[in-house]
Amino acid sequence: MTHARMSLTPLAALALATALAGCVTINIYFPAAAAEKAADTIIDEVWQMKPPPPGGPVDAAKAPAKEKTP
Amino acid sequence: MTRLLAILAAWMYVGLAAAQGDLDIDTPAIAQFKTGMAQRYAQLLPWYQSGAVGLTRDGGVLLREPGAVPLAQRQAVTALVAGENADRAGLYREIARANGNPGWEPDIRATFAQRWIDRAPAGWWVQNATGIWQQKR
Repeated sequence: MTHARMSLTPLAALALATALAGCVTINIYFPAAAAEKAADTIIDEVWQMKPPPPGGPVDAAKAPAKEKTP
Repeated sequence: MTRLLAILAAWMYVGLAAAQGDLDIDTPAIAQFKTGMAQRYAQLLPWYQSGAVGLTRDGGVLLREPGAVPLAQRQAVTALVAGENADRAGLYREIARANGNPGWEPDIRATFAQRWIDRAPAGWWVQNATGIWQQKR
């Protein structure tokens, strides 16, 4: 009984440490795709560009509205 | 212990949401930088097109050919370039800060550097990864 308790505590501590390390890794991970999307949104506004229409130049009036993925 | 695990789970969830969702770019400071840069763009455009000003590999702009700007305008163009670099630096810093990770600033800057250069129109001058200036085709 005592033995079982003593071996469980370090195991729990190890599990906790692993979980914490995992959390830290997730929290500092740089969201590259989201950053690219943010950059493109801002560049569109600063350079007053529209995203290039798929399949070559399209009449400005016919160009589809700017896509926004929720 | 259960409470601790619940807190950990919540923390993980927030971390994942931040990692997978969009970056927050809707702050007053970011809006101000964007407005400043959009207004300056009209003035910088002829110098981008002539190649006097180019896009650097570190997410800024540079008066790379001062001789291509008439002396009378050179001071004004130098000021435009300085203003643009200040706004861009502020923008990168603010995006990192607004998303709770000031340490992301270099990554944000690197991402913007790549996107400015990728999206620059043909004819503009951009700096490649080794620092060599090339005209976009």
